[in-house]
Amino acid sequence: MSSVQADKQTEEPLDLIRYQLDETVLVKLRGAREMKGKLQGYDSHCNMVLSDAKEYIYNETGEPIVKDCEMVFIRGDSVILISPIS
Amino acid sequence: MLFFSFFKTLVDQEVVVELKNDIEIKGVLKSVDQYLNLKLDNISCTNETKYPHLTSVKNLFIRGSTVRYVRINPNAVDCTLLQDASRREAMQAAK
Repeated sequence: MSSVQADKQTEEPLDLIRYQLDETVLVKLRGAREMKGKLQGYDSHCNMVLSDAKEYIYNETGEPIVKDCEMVFIRGDSVILISPIS
Repeated sequence: MLFFSFFKTLVDQEVVVELKNDIEIKGVLKSVDQYLNLKLDNISCTNETKYPHLTSVKNLFIRGSTVRYVRINPNAVDCTLLQDASRREAMQAAK
């Protein structure tokens, strides 16, 4: 039984994130924030490093605040979802 | 362990730490541990008028769990190395 499992490369949710390394991702965060940037690194806690990132902070009054950052580490416990964007 | 090693390579670099309570602290990274607790030297708050609590503080310890972002000097990061290390860590986790 175990040998069958060892042969078959099982897909894990985090594999989707692995395919996005060096690609642009959208990260939705706690506190009505989003971050778009090129994924440079991640781990199983969803800690991440993004390059050329744009942070969007949403509030009730219309347009979001946009902040640029060349290289940023995001702590995984703030992360809600990660999505590939083309 | 990946980001523990990553932060160890950033020791003595200037970083900006944004906390979950919106305080932003700029300082020189002096040490880091497995929980990603940070020790910063020579600190200044980038939004001091809004948060004057730390005006007279020169160095501090930050509990890792209170961190939202750490902004890093891009020249201090080897992107290909970090990507490869992420893949390697993912492979190891799958085993």
